[in-house]
Amino acid sequence: MTTTNGSNEAIPTLQLLDPQGNRATTRGTKGYRDRAAALTPEDLRGMYRDMVLTRRFDEEATSLQRQGELALYAPSRGQEAAQVGSAYALRPQDFVFPSYREHGVLQVRGVDPVDRLRFFRGSDHGGWDPNEHNAGVYSVVIGAHTLHATGYAMGVQRDGTPHDKRDGTAVIAYFGDGATSQGDVNEAMVFAAVNNAPVVFFLQNNQWAISEPTIRQTKIPLYQRGAAFGLPSLRVDGNDVLAVYAATQEALERARMGEGPSFIEAYTYRMGAHTTSDDPTRYRTSEQEEEWRGRDPIDRLAAYLRAEGELDEAFEAQVKAAGDEIGAHLRTGVRALDGGAPVSTFDHVYATPHGVVSAERAWYEAYEAGDPPAQQYAIAETTQGGAR
Amino acid sequence: MTTMAERTHTTSGSAPEAASSTKTLTLGKAVNEGLRAAMRHDDKVMLMGEDIGPLGGVFRVTDGLQAEFGEQRVVDTPLAESGIVGTAIGLAMRGYRPVCEIQFDGFVFPAFNQITTQLAKMHNRTRGAVSVPVVIRIPYGGGIGAVEHHSESPEALFAHTAGLRVVSPSSPQDAYTMIQEAIACPDPVVFFEPKGRYWTKGPVDLDAPVGSATLNSAHVVRAGTDVTLVAYGPSVETAVKTADALAAEGRSAEVLDLRAVSPIDTAAVVASVRKTGRCIVIHEAPVFFGAGAEIAARVTEECFYALEAPVLRVGGFHTPYPVAKHEREYLPSVDRVLDAVDRAFAH
Repeated sequence: MTTTNGSNEAIPTLQLLDPQGNRATTRGTKGYRDRAAALTPEDLRGMYRDMVLTRRFDEEATSLQRQGELALYAPSRGQEAAQVGSAYALRPQDFVFPSYREHGVLQVRGVDPVDRLRFFRGSDHGGWDPNEHNAGVYSVVIGAHTLHATGYAMGVQRDGTPHDKRDGTAVIAYFGDGATSQGDVNEAMVFAAVNNAPVVFFLQNNQWAISEPTIRQTKIPLYQRGAAFGLPSLRVDGNDVLAVYAATQEALERARMGEGPSFIEAYTYRMGAHTTSDDPTRYRTSEQEEEWRGRDPIDRLAAYLRAEGELDEAFEAQVKAAGDEIGAHLRTGVRALDGGAPVSTFDHVYATPHGVVSAERAWYEAYEAGDPPAQQYAIAETTQGGAR
Repeated sequence: MTTMAERTHTTSGSAPEAASSTKTLTLGKAVNEGLRAAMRHDDKVMLMGEDIGPLGGVFRVTDGLQAEFGEQRVVDTPLAESGIVGTAIGLAMRGYRPVCEIQFDGFVFPAFNQITTQLAKMHNRTRGAVSVPVVIRIPYGGGIGAVEHHSESPEALFAHTAGLRVVSPSSPQDAYTMIQEAIACPDPVVFFEPKGRYWTKGPVDLDAPVGSATLNSAHVVRAGTDVTLVAYGPSVETAVKTADALAAEGRSAEVLDLRAVSPIDTAAVVASVRKTGRCIVIHEAPVFFGAGAEIAARVTEECFYALEAPVLRVGGFHTPYPVAKHEREYLPSVDRVLDAVDRAFAH
């Protein structure tokens, strides 16, 4: 029997760069190799840069949490290739539905690093305008957003957007191995399949749903779940940025062409804890962590680029400087986030005035202003009647 | 802030009988006509649900709509309520105005997570950047002799969630107007249709203006001076019949149709109770933690010195909805409301 949590040699997995950074030339992968070959050295350096910056963001955010500046943080360490590689395949008009760990995707999508930490700071439930970056805010109830992605894709279909591999519009939903057990994820694939919706289900199997290994979620390799719903499904080496890019580009183009949904399992590893509140020493071995440290996605791309002569010290210094800039930006920007005035809690509960919220807000404002109790009462009562 | 423009529907397109815009319709047919009007008015409006296409829904509320608007706008969905509401949220994010039909009250719970943690919170989560104008239509309430899960009144569960509006029409005219106002509203609206009253007939002005009043304002169905009967949805008819019986006894009851359970039009309730001094709240949902408890608390806070008696509630019991053989005893009846009125007058 094939395990889904071991070496997985038996499971067909697309790989274009081996862990040492050598080009892999497995038979039957020419289409993917051609897609990767179309990337210029500049593109590859851009991917490398965004992967390094994502890890730097991780380190800075973890430090800020340790300093008490963030309530919580969910690191993406180890998943940079899965996230940056897939995000590089997106076009501006495509729409992203992330979970809460897609820091690399949001880095490529251009969401300000400070905005990405508003949620973890406890100063905002979201952090950015989804329409500004075509990227939704974090989704915390596991898997719920995969249905939103599918519905959004059904909207794209109804808009009559062109069926074109570059100018069409695709939607991508990011979720993890734990999420594959959720009803919503399965319903999302049902709805996507029967509607032929232009959505890519991008699973990052990082092997751990907090403390539970993938064997607690499935008896079969997870990419087979997609196939069972009738979706073209593929397993890629999630630590190989080229394979992830090529596979995601193929799936996104299928969606943009009006050819329906796809499923990608990016097989990777959560090198860090689930969140800053987690303690992985209670449920996994340091040997396993060590083994995966040897398959670090950033080291792999760096080794390849160096061998190709495309990564020199000057560029490394530039990336380092960009990282320092993000660090400084975060340290000042995050500390300045205070969530606004407490009364802002009453903002945006409804898009149109709601009598109960209006009355409670009026009472709270009077209370904060130190008005005598009788007057608070009168104000609340008046507003209740008036703010219909 | 988005404001909802007042609009008046012309009957152009439904033509020859346009001379009079008032027709006699059942409540179910009035919802159907309201949906049709909203879909003609805005091509982003679409319907989603189980069996709503060729069948026209198990109560035929969407009858003929797929034939008129096509399969892209009247969608027979997979049999998965969370999927219906979850995809509706995504469609709304893309600019559509989905109207979801949940086949029966007791089947909404697979979608409860999407409604309460996603639909209700998306606008707030994005600090107003995203609106999700989704309407969830739910045939609710009892009295039709159905099997388990087909007769429940779960409105309090939704009213307790900030971000949702919760409404229920009691008459064909309100059903026609309220469904259009719910669809036009940028907020998510849970629209409870009193299934036991689907066959109630009444006049409907098809040119009635569509704004937002019915989503926020109660209205006085019958004016009176001695006691206020507060009701919504299916219980309004019970309240009116009770008022008739009271009139025969020489007592004058005011019947207030709340229309909305979230928000509650407290001002209208307070104005009536300050006049009558007595207040009875009637709903099919269990009294325990029901809408009546909220109304009683608000009336007590704001009408304390005007009250001649404590606010009383008549409604369902803290039991699962009973078997059909016992539902007549479970549902608030005219007799039980009269009993409450007697208790109020005995104080």
